[in-house]
Amino acid sequence: MSVLPFPAPGQPGRHEAPSDAVPLPRTTLPVRTGTRAAPPSRRRLTGARLPDVLAVSGAAAAALATAAVLWTEIGPFTGIFGYVVVSWLLFVLLYAVLVALDENSTTMRDRVSAVVVHSLALLVLSALCLIVIYTFFRGAKALIHLNFYTQDLRSAGPLAPLSQGGLLHALVGTLIELSISVSIAVPLGLLAAVFMHEIPGPFSRFVRTIVQAMTALPDILAGLFIYATLILIFGLNLCGLAAGCALAVTIMPIICRAADVVLRLVPGGLTEASYALGSGQWRTVWYVTLPTARSGLTTAVILGAARAIGETSPVLLTAGATNYLNFNPAHGPMMSLPLLAYSLVTNPEPNYKIRAFGAAAVLMILVLLLFVVLRAVGGRGPGRLTNRQQRRRMAASRRDAERLSSRAAMHAAGGALATIGIIAPGHDGSDGGDKQ
Amino acid sequence: MGLVGVFLGFRASEALRKAGWSFVTTQEWNPDGGGFGIAAVMVGTILIALVAVAVALALAVGTALYISEYAPRRIQRTLITVIDVMAAVPSVVYGLWGAFLLQWRVVSLARWINDWFGWIPIFKVDGVARHAVQPTATAYTSSTFIAGIVVGLMITPIASSIMREAFSQAPVGEREGALALGATRWGMIRAVVLPFGRGAMIGGTMLGLGRALGETIAVVMIISPIFRIQLHILQNGTSSIASLIALRYSEETPFGVSALMAAGLALFGLTLLVNFIAALIVSRSRSGALSEL
Repeated sequence: MSVLPFPAPGQPGRHEAPSDAVPLPRTTLPVRTGTRAAPPSRRRLTGARLPDVLAVSGAAAAALATAAVLWTEIGPFTGIFGYVVVSWLLFVLLYAVLVALDENSTTMRDRVSAVVVHSLALLVLSALCLIVIYTFFRGAKALIHLNFYTQDLRSAGPLAPLSQGGLLHALVGTLIELSISVSIAVPLGLLAAVFMHEIPGPFSRFVRTIVQAMTALPDILAGLFIYATLILIFGLNLCGLAAGCALAVTIMPIICRAADVVLRLVPGGLTEASYALGSGQWRTVWYVTLPTARSGLTTAVILGAARAIGETSPVLLTAGATNYLNFNPAHGPMMSLPLLAYSLVTNPEPNYKIRAFGAAAVLMILVLLLFVVLRAVGGRGPGRLTNRQQRRRMAASRRDAERLSSRAAMHAAGGALATIGIIAPGHDGSDGGDKQ
Repeated sequence: MGLVGVFLGFRASEALRKAGWSFVTTQEWNPDGGGFGIAAVMVGTILIALVAVAVALALAVGTALYISEYAPRRIQRTLITVIDVMAAVPSVVYGLWGAFLLQWRVVSLARWINDWFGWIPIFKVDGVARHAVQPTATAYTSSTFIAGIVVGLMITPIASSIMREAFSQAPVGEREGALALGATRWGMIRAVVLPFGRGAMIGGTMLGLGRALGETIAVVMIISPIFRIQLHILQNGTSSIASLIALRYSEETPFGVSALMAAGLALFGLTLLVNFIAALIVSRSRSGALSEL
């Protein structure tokens, strides 16, 4: 703690002026002469100007038209994909020319690069939208049947209509495998993160390096590892438990690393305050560090869970595949949603393909649900509280204040009694420090 | 955790001892009779990953710059969440999309590239006449190129979020200094943001590369596996280590599983190397120097 910059009582303060001061220099105001000119109109610094809008829309129209002429009249070009690519290139070129007519080359480079950056971002976003919408579009025929969610595939042969059979077995399997993997990976991952945070040293640096390397572990290798150990050596058959373990191997480094980053963001002042109040290391971790980082830790866990839901390859090697509903993770093969989508889509029957897209769509819904939860709980910095938490804290501190003041009153009474010699001061140990 | 590597090495040793150095040079994969080696699958893996990185680098830099520099403040947080969602979209969904929608759209582009740039060896497609009037589309499907595009889209969000974090940490003083000296927004980005985020750009791309090397399901769904070195990225047929394991694990004898372990070990070593370099570059760079409180 630094020394506070307050003057000690009794010494003169710094701000007291000396008594024999010379007259202070004064500010002189310039005298305005003549009438003021009308203030220039304020320049607009933001928003689009008309020439910009015209340049963009003109270039776009010209590019689309030119490409259309190329496609329909002149060249042997086919395909919507090529049309989009060529018209985009033409658009950038024409826009550069249009801007160059009005502005200097620096401005032109600025504009063109802005257009390129915008269109790249737009491309990524539209690809994402396309992926989501396409999955739902192709799977819609299966999604509208109620039996899709309440039956498994045991009765539905390759030629069965969509009103028969569903993905209940995969849904149940996914949830069971998810809970197995999360219940293995979360304690281990968080413990490792706390260890790295609390006990720095060569060994924890080593652990951190290993964790970083493990995040890069290809997911199929996690599956292969479990396949070779649990199944080939320990003789477990293909089952949900093995799949859960494989998923745990996949997501543990992710959870661990995200948690490590979050724990490092806990303000040092808070933990130091806790130490200064005399609490030990693990008490500090339990009551200060972890609660402060709770939001971020939840985010880490949910990110891991989202990853575990969608992984196919570890499950492919370890869970087996079945068309039957199976609630027992330790016995018999178990299906999960990504695996179902993968195995159905390799089947040439159109109804199976539709079911595959339906399974993928349900999977997407689960992932999106997880992200909605994530938005609700996460995203706050360490130590930021929600309104409700803040109210609870305020109520707690008000209670504390009441308790302290009542105690102080009791002490005052005790002290008064002590001065008149009825009881000895410092009877309850808490005010032993301020005895005269 | 290092158990995985040790264990893979232990299990693979049987196969490696038998194959010796031919493991690295043999192209075919037939452990129970004849030789097996990773020459073809390794080349396939690396080519797919390179195409993916080429796609992802442009997209990720563009997205990261847009979110940190151009996007209005209001939608910034939403965009970040959207990119996170994109990172969490399961690979099987990407695979479905790539195999059923993208495949047939990209064929025309691939044919166009072959028609005009077919004289570059890597863009050549065997058995197809250039500028054919009635082209055979199947020669262009299931290629390295298509698998690379899909994997590239998958790794874009990972690379992009690392870059965005670095870009948004570029010091405000230097940014405003550049703007005050009369730089345009692009001038400011080139002079301040990109140099500041260079380490993160390289590191993020390499982390993406690590993911791309190990990607399984989306690749399996798109490619049609062959076991010879296929350098023509537009041509039908390629292969990768991860897809080899996914396709072959169930039908192998114990020795075959050991051989697959050896292939997995090679993949493990490769991704480990790439990721260590990436982590080194990210931690050496100036990015994130201010994050300590």
